[in-house]
Amino acid sequence: MSSQTIAFVERVDGALHDPLLQTALERATTRFTSNRARAVADVDNFEALRNQARAIRAGALARLDELLVRLAENVERYGGHVCWAEDGAAARQYIIDLARQRGVRTIVKSKSMASEEIHLNEALEQAGLEVIETDLGEYIIQLAGETPSHIIAPAIHKTREQVRDLFVRHLGMEPTDDIPTMTRTARTVLRQRFLQADMGISGVNFGVANEGAIVIIENEGNARLTTTAPRIHVAIMGIERICESLDDLGVLLQVLARSATGQRLSVYTSIISGPRRPHEPDGPDEFHLVLLDNRRSEIIGGPYAEALMCIRCGACLNACPVYQSIGGHAYGGVYSGPIGAILTPLLQPEIPDAHKLPHASSLCGACEWACPVKIAIPDLLLRLRADAVKNGNYEVYEPLAMFGWRQVMTNPAFYRLGGKMASLGTRLLGWNGAVRWLPPPLDGWTKQRDFPPFAPKTFTELWEERKKQE
Amino acid sequence: MTAQPRRRAALFVTCIVDQIYPDIGFAAAELLERQGVEVHVPRGLTCCGQMAFNAGFRDDAYAVAGRTIEILRNQGDVVLPSGSCGSMIRHLYHELFHGTRHATVAKELASRTYELSEYLVDVLGVTDVGARYNGVIAFHDACHGMRYMGLGRQARTLLNHVAGARIVALPGSDECCGFGGLFAIKQHQISEAMLHRKLMHIMECGCDLVVTSDASCMTQIAGGLSRSKSRVRACHLAEVLANRVKI
Repeated sequence: MSSQTIAFVERVDGALHDPLLQTALERATTRFTSNRARAVADVDNFEALRNQARAIRAGALARLDELLVRLAENVERYGGHVCWAEDGAAARQYIIDLARQRGVRTIVKSKSMASEEIHLNEALEQAGLEVIETDLGEYIIQLAGETPSHIIAPAIHKTREQVRDLFVRHLGMEPTDDIPTMTRTARTVLRQRFLQADMGISGVNFGVANEGAIVIIENEGNARLTTTAPRIHVAIMGIERICESLDDLGVLLQVLARSATGQRLSVYTSIISGPRRPHEPDGPDEFHLVLLDNRRSEIIGGPYAEALMCIRCGACLNACPVYQSIGGHAYGGVYSGPIGAILTPLLQPEIPDAHKLPHASSLCGACEWACPVKIAIPDLLLRLRADAVKNGNYEVYEPLAMFGWRQVMTNPAFYRLGGKMASLGTRLLGWNGAVRWLPPPLDGWTKQRDFPPFAPKTFTELWEERKKQE
Repeated sequence: MTAQPRRRAALFVTCIVDQIYPDIGFAAAELLERQGVEVHVPRGLTCCGQMAFNAGFRDDAYAVAGRTIEILRNQGDVVLPSGSCGSMIRHLYHELFHGTRHATVAKELASRTYELSEYLVDVLGVTDVGARYNGVIAFHDACHGMRYMGLGRQARTLLNHVAGARIVALPGSDECCGFGGLFAIKQHQISEAMLHRKLMHIMECGCDLVVTSDASCMTQIAGGLSRSKSRVRACHLAEVLANRVKI
């Protein structure tokens, strides 16, 4: 069963009881967070850089319409084509039609969260096209028939032993745990595919409006091959992933690489404008840029607009104690972790229990502190929770509980009475100063924790007694 | 020579301290009084409203917090033994009351609201409150206070002056203990996983007392320590500073 059809609580349960996942998560998130800390300390004033990056993102969103038009005009000026895709269906159809018209049979893909968001691979395969993911992590999960569990490290949930078994089964590799051997095996298979492919599909880290260019950063070189070897290159870009100039790009690339992998700059930074020019030796004959809206323009100008500043670095995932505990698949959507708990209800509301994701947070704020563009993630989660309540999405007992709580907290007589009842109740249930069992819906507390009994007299009562004595 | 007017502060002990841990309230009052602050407890105070606000029930939160704002009107400095409730007032009341008739009052209240350790160190300039504890102390940073009120340094300063105590670093002291209000109940499995990591660090660091400046985190950590029959105890910062931790 895919993670997208199971209730949130079951997905969480499965993740917490998967020892391999727990091992993989701990290894990976610890490595990511310590690398990020080192890369951040390496800059004189990372805080200033964050502020600058935030201002750039805010400025771009404020003039999104203007910048998108400029980007599209410049792309076309360089001989590229632009598809304005209102939703996933429009984007999928454009790519499928293009593939059919050009007689495409094999497609290589480099990493793209936008393509995951619109379930592009499934649609292409149903249209009879062969699709091969070429990012090593994406290739691994494609072989496993899974979805990414991390924005930048899609196979973060897999251990090397699991990858070995996949490669033995699908690629006929001799059993070995040696990572260079496994990488070499994948490379040999993928090289063939690059040469066979008629179309390459990539994501976009940033579009640069003034240059009519898209920017892709990566560490493996597969995106560069995807965008140059096949005769057609299709790039899919969420409309919000835009900046105005190369100067702005310079700032964004610095915070992105540091926040994502702890690098000063990724190994490959490709700035691509249009298809191959007549005088150029390499490059595709055609370049198509798919600008994907898919609900984003509804978010602009609203209470969640700030979420569109996200540059998909994954730092909030690595920093999040909830993500560290349950991994990405439990979130159900394409985007996981704290930013996923915001983006999934907004972009993929069809995911079961999407409205529950904003509750999958202790609101500790580690995400906001790690975010290179300082998105106030906890504040947005709180707004989503309020929206969910307005839409009638809450636990059955909650309205009554909140009503009772409100009466108790606004009425001194009820407050005293409620306190006395809680004190009596918890002292009856307690033993040796600890309550080991609470009735539903509070029983979640006492499964693995004790609860203290309420005091016989409140601080307020005791304080007033003291004042009288004085 | 004119006598300095005596500083006066309203103590808002918070609902959890009022109902479950009155000792923490008295410890906080004592710490302030020992610095010459005249402590008063405004009548009828209950709760900052965070529980409902975090659950998404903003109307209920508004009713409770609106009443709290009225009670705290013209009460001078407001001191809370909690960075979480403190940050609710300082950081989130802005969102809750935005565009309402309470907006201005909420902003004014935020400007005179302090967490206890912050008030002692940053406002009163105290570093040594004359406490003694013969044992090994580790400090856990409560998330909201640390991130939204800039706390941590103040408590460590005060703890470093506790006579007889050895302060050890708690690995991952800035990682959430997993409390998170109703999160601890609604997402109890995740909350438990987070608590277990916290407990592991507490066991590792060799402390016999883990101190934090929020009664809610303390309840989470103490609940886990008690269930796992650990000899390590958890207490509120005010308790150890006011010599109220019995050995």
